[in-house]
Parts: sequence; structure tokens; C-alpha cells
Amino acid sequence: MVCASLSFIILLAIIIFILREGLPAFSKIGIFQLLFGTEWSPTNNQYGLLPMIVGSLVVTCGSLLLAVPMGIACAILLAEVAPVRVRQMLRPAVELLVGIPSVVFGLVGMLVIVPTIRQIGGTGYSVLAACVVLMAMILPTIISISDDSIRAVPRKYKEGSLAMGATHWQTIWHVLIPAARSGIGAAVVLGIGRAIGETMAMIMVIGNAVIFPDSLLSPARTLTGNIAVEIQYASGTHASALFATAVVLLAFIIILNTITMNIFKRGISGTGNR
Amino acid sequence: MDPKIETQKLNLYYKNNHALKNIDFKIREKQITAIIGPSGCGKSSLLRTFDRMTDLTAGARVEGQTLLDGKNIFDPLVDIVELRKRVGMVFQQPNPFPKSIAENVAFGPKMLGLTHQGNIDELIEKSLRAAALWDEVKDDLDKSGLALSGGQQQRLCIARVLAVEPEVILMDEPCSALDPISTLKIEELMQDLKQKYTIVIVTHNMQQAARVSEWSAFMLLGEMIEYSATHELFSRPKDKRTEDYITGRFG
Repeated sequence: MVCASLSFIILLAIIIFILREGLPAFSKIGIFQLLFGTEWSPTNNQYGLLPMIVGSLVVTCGSLLLAVPMGIACAILLAEVAPVRVRQMLRPAVELLVGIPSVVFGLVGMLVIVPTIRQIGGTGYSVLAACVVLMAMILPTIISISDDSIRAVPRKYKEGSLAMGATHWQTIWHVLIPAARSGIGAAVVLGIGRAIGETMAMIMVIGNAVIFPDSLLSPARTLTGNIAVEIQYASGTHASALFATAVVLLAFIIILNTITMNIFKRGISGTGNR
Repeated sequence: MDPKIETQKLNLYYKNNHALKNIDFKIREKQITAIIGPSGCGKSSLLRTFDRMTDLTAGARVEGQTLLDGKNIFDPLVDIVELRKRVGMVFQQPNPFPKSIAENVAFGPKMLGLTHQGNIDELIEKSLRAAALWDEVKDDLDKSGLALSGGQQQRLCIARVLAVEPEVILMDEPCSALDPISTLKIEELMQDLKQKYTIVIVTHNMQQAARVSEWSAFMLLGEMIEYSATHELFSRPKDKRTEDYITGRFG
């Protein structure tokens, strides 16, 4: 009880603090200018967050596009296909990956992914590098939670499906995955949270240029990177604009989580196509 | 008349546990055969060999054979999907999928590729009618199967099996999780179904076996002790152990 209420109080305190520091920027710069302005140039009093908003969204969506199908596929492999011994080796490995600090992912990204992408074109510090690194970071979370939720589907559903003459694969696809949908949704939400909030690894591989990424090979900057890169020397309106960045970030996380939860909750009562 | 299902020297092992011992058993077509016995006697295991659900248990091994219309179902060439289409199963715990009522009934035909355009709604209605559930759910076909009562769920599971037009229906203690009224409905339904289907029911409820079945088998410790017409078995058991069991001296 105490711990639960404590974490609620901390959350509340964070929101109040960020709002208090950030709101002056909203009134001074204007909410429209802040959200839709395309120029971020503190020395010229230009505080448009749109490039960073786009950067964060592109990187998050890109990494999810890579990680979600792969993660669910791995979870199916672990939960339903792999022999017990393979599973006993892979599952702890996946769990260890969850605990690796993000700076390590960033380092590997800088030393392996970025030079590889440089071969294709550009400097290598790019949206693509960021997506690949983020994918590696959220994959273990998606795998382990999806695996848990597939394995938590009552055995009687699986037996019922197989007894109807459905093949193992049909059973996985038409019974187990739909029954595990809310758990897989939770996995995706956690993945989104981690992806959009990831800072260190992003700074290390994305190039941090304040531009609209026009290709996967183009550098970009994320909302989180914007705060981390500039907060040490910012003051006045500039600092306030960075807190406003945090407000936008928070809003995005809440909106994305809500959307995702709704997608995965919908139809769980079994309505729809037949 | 040739038996619908016949086991010959059927043995089942779970790793080192000898679960079924030399079972010779004949099941007659379009009649209800009950298998009774105390917990752990192997009656559910025997039932599960008939559609090879025992394949799912790691370490399960079968010797001997089980003939369905004269063909050994343990033959490696047997198509397991085809076998499970012909031999449907209703489980102890009602297990409708977390899908709509209509989707539950349509599941088997869809998976087996039996759906032809246009007739799926008819098939759903026909199956639900045959399972005596149509009148109760006809306005709620899009509702979740899990929203039904336990007895309705079990009849939905029966409808789901009927939708693929099987030949044999296996029932593994289908009423043990149900109240008396739901039980009665299922028992009445079984009497209708035996016009078209061969039914094998495992039950620990002797009164139920006596009420619904033409033939009864008594099992104990993996062996089939006695098998005869139901009224014979319950009124004039030949084996002392059968008599002890049906008179309630153990089990």
C-alpha cells in the first residue's frame, strides 16, 4: 500500500514539476509554434519541436515494425515449437538481454550498426541505425512477455482446438495468439514506452541533427535526445522549452499507450468476423 | 455388425507407468457406450486413445491397435486431422474458445476447410439446433461463448463438434462440472444424438451410466474388468470387483 501510493505520489510530483517548468514556454512561445514549428534554433529564439516529434515517432514506429513481428514469432517459437532444452537455454538469454544497459546497446550500435549503414550511404548516424538498435532493445521485452502470455493460455483451449482436427499451426494462429492478445498488447505497450523514452542509445547513433528525416539514412533527433543534449547549457526560455519537450513526450507516451491498449482490447469478447 | 471402434491388446504407457493393460474392447455403432471406474483407473486415458489425444502427452507410448471401421488409427500413415474430424471430443471442463458463439461453431469447419460460401450460417444454426442450444442463443450469436452458463457452454462444445459432422463423439465426464438440470439436458441430448452418432462416455457417475448407455465397461487399475449390456452390468455383475464398485464398497 505504502509503496503503491508512494509511486503514485512520485508520478504526480514529476508531472507537476514538468508542467510547472514547461508551461511558461507554452505561453511565451505559443502552443502552436511549439508543436508545429519546424525550426529549433535557441540562439534565434526559434523553438519548434516538430522535427523532434517526427524523429521520435519515426524511430518508435520503425523499431516496432521490426520488433513486434519478430518478437511474436520468437515467442511462438519459445512457447510452442522449441524443444524443452532449447527453451531452457534461450529463455534466460532473452531475460539477460532485458537487463543490459542502454549505453551498451548504443556502443554496439556505434561500432557495428553505424559503420555497416555507412556502407549503404550517408554517415551511418541515421534513423535506420536508431531503429535497428531500438529493435534490439525492445525485442527481449516483447519476447518474454508474449511468451509468458501464450503459455498462460489455458491448456483446455489448445486441447479443444487440436481435438477439433486443427493443426498445431492453426491452433497457434487461431486460438493461442487471439487468447493471448491482451498480454501481447501489454508487451507492445512496454516496447513503445521503452522505444519512445530511450535516450542514451539514440543520442549515440541517430546523429542528433535537427532536421526532418527525409530517408532512413538521414540523421534525426528525438524528443528525449533534444532534452539530454541541450539541458546542460540551457537557461531561461530555452530551458523552459526543453521542459515543454518533456511535456510533449509525456503526452505522446500516454496517447500511444491508450491507442495500443484499445487496439488489443477490442474484440476480446469475440465480436466481429465469423 | 462390425464394431465402430475396436481395440486389440491395447497398452498405454506414460513413461514407466503402465496406464492401460491389454484392453480388448468393441464399441457398437450408433449406441452409447459408457466407461466407468474409480479415479485413475485409465478410463479417460482409454477415451483419449480413440482420437489420439494421447499424442499430446510427452512420454506416452501405445502398443497394440485401435481399429476405427477396421483401420488401425495408430498406423503412421493415418491422417490425424482426418481422424479427429471423424472422432470428436467433448471435455470435462466446458472449453469454448474465447470467441463468439458463431465463431466457436464455425471453428472446426473453417480449420478443416469444409466451409463453402453461403452455407456457414446454416451450418451454425443446424449445429446449434442439434445441440439443443439454438433457441437460447439465436439472438446472441455474436456474444462470447464464455458469457454462457456452464451447461450452455458444454452444449456449445457439443455443437462445435457436431459442426464437422463426426462419426464418433467422445465425452470425457461431460457433466461433472454441471448442475443437475444442465446434466439432464445433456443426457437428453445424448439420446437424440445416438440416432446419428456413436457415443462413448466416460463417467464416474454410475447412475448416469445406467441412465444413458446401452453398454457399460468397468475399468480398474488400467484393466477392463467387465464389459456387457448396461442392465446386465448393473443388475448381474459377473466379477466380484465390479459388484463391489457398483454397490459402493469402494471408489
